[in-house]
Amino acid sequence: MKRLLSIHAWLVFAFLYLPIAVIVALSFNQSRFGVRFTGFTFDWYVRLFSNERILEYLTNTLIVAVVSTVVSTVLGTLLAVGLVRHRFRWQNALRYLLYVPVVVPDVVMGISLLLLFDVVRDAIGWPRLSLFTIILAHISFQIAYVTLVVRARLMLLDPSLEEAAKDLGATPWLTFREVTLPLIMPGVVSGALLAFSLSLDDFVVTFFTAGPGSTTLPLYIYSSVKLGVSPEIHALSTLMVGITILVLLLGTLFWRKRA
Amino acid sequence: MREAATPWERLRQMLITVGPGALWLGLFVLIPTLIMLVASLMSRGSLGQLVPPFGLHNYLRFFSDPLFLEIIGRSLWIGLWSTVFIMLLGYPLAFYIAQSRHKEVLLLLVVIPFFTNFLIRVYAWIVIFQKEGLLNGLITAFGLPPAELLPSTLAVYVATVYTYLPFFVLPLYAAVERIDWSQLEAAYDLGARPIRAFWEAIFPQTVPGLFEGFLLVFIPAVGTFVIADLLGGGKVTLIGNLIQLQFGSAQNWAFGSAASMVLMAMVLLGLWLYARTQGEKGLDKLV
Repeated sequence: MKRLLSIHAWLVFAFLYLPIAVIVALSFNQSRFGVRFTGFTFDWYVRLFSNERILEYLTNTLIVAVVSTVVSTVLGTLLAVGLVRHRFRWQNALRYLLYVPVVVPDVVMGISLLLLFDVVRDAIGWPRLSLFTIILAHISFQIAYVTLVVRARLMLLDPSLEEAAKDLGATPWLTFREVTLPLIMPGVVSGALLAFSLSLDDFVVTFFTAGPGSTTLPLYIYSSVKLGVSPEIHALSTLMVGITILVLLLGTLFWRKRA
Repeated sequence: MREAATPWERLRQMLITVGPGALWLGLFVLIPTLIMLVASLMSRGSLGQLVPPFGLHNYLRFFSDPLFLEIIGRSLWIGLWSTVFIMLLGYPLAFYIAQSRHKEVLLLLVVIPFFTNFLIRVYAWIVIFQKEGLLNGLITAFGLPPAELLPSTLAVYVATVYTYLPFFVLPLYAAVERIDWSQLEAAYDLGARPIRAFWEAIFPQTVPGLFEGFLLVFIPAVGTFVIADLLGGGKVTLIGNLIQLQFGSAQNWAFGSAASMVLMAMVLLGLWLYARTQGEKGLDKLV
């Protein structure tokens, strides 16, 4: 029984890594077409880094990810604190609204934001679809994830610590800055990392809210898959997989050290 | 001791914390949904724009045309079977990981594909399935004629299972970790045979995790349009593709909004059923 379980597990792992291995192998393949391996080369990497368009798309992707992560982390953290510490009317409605970006398929999210931007533009002539609209759209789903992650951390917190600070005469802002925030920091960092990777990875919502001149890497990969791939994409993908593995490894080591 | 905060002070604090986020969700989640609802009741203008008259005609068209019902059916069908395959692959895997001495490493191995760019993962399957691809290379090496594997429903299934498998393994693993194994011993002591002991003592403990994993996989699998678009070609049209088409080349935003509302209603119905069986805590656990 145990043998069977482990054979099954390794087959599933093989399934999970086969496609990644194929892409990595192709990125070093001399042949431009097909999957026959004709020889080892770094050519595609060299070409990738001299391709200015791809570097521009990379910059766009990073601008969107950084700006949207900063805004959504601040708003999401505040919202989580407010939801846990205060009781108010419409609180349940707000909590359900928070689940919407998480559970609704991203194509629905994408077109509803496209409709919003279109209606507003018709009325006041602004905003054009651009990096700005992509950022607004990303914040709108990131904020939900950040809030839920931070809220989970807040609910584990011992409220007596904050009460002690208040009893000692700390103002609400001082209490938040010196007591609450340091204690929920791991949650804030996890939420921000999640928001960042969601933004980097997002294709669907970006697809509907991007305009001319605001191509991101996922949009570029999509269009080149549709129009015929140049092997530079393999090199780019391999680098992205490499960075993913690196970040995850560092993250794991970091958390382990803290724990 | 410091005085308790005045009601005004509490209101001010609440507005500072909840205010910006709530405003954002209202502007960019609630209002767009309402606009989509209104748009779904409008008509297509000569340039594809939204114009009056208002009415239920888009919904009537959607539910009276067998073509669209077939698309809904196909989306649910492919989503359901993909989820079943994912469960068959993921359920034993979660147990294997939980019992391994190298849990952390194995979990990382599940998470890495999950964090690898979604489009790259889908594209990799094109490389494998295409005419000159890896699979056909293998087939022709055995002296068989190459197969037309792309576009195909098979490719859509494989890529869907591949894409969402980690979504299932992670919550299920969390459930397996919480299992109280002493119940298994109790079942053995009472004379149960291994299969019965597993079924009666262990399986029920994993049911909440199973539900959770099911929803996390099923909802995106039903709603996706990228996988069917890239691997199904024109052959496999799901509701996501229909929506994309209406907002793209078909230029019928009103009808596309109606199709979106239908998809959203299906998801919310599923969640409502889930919340009824699992309670509200279940919803929190989901995210």
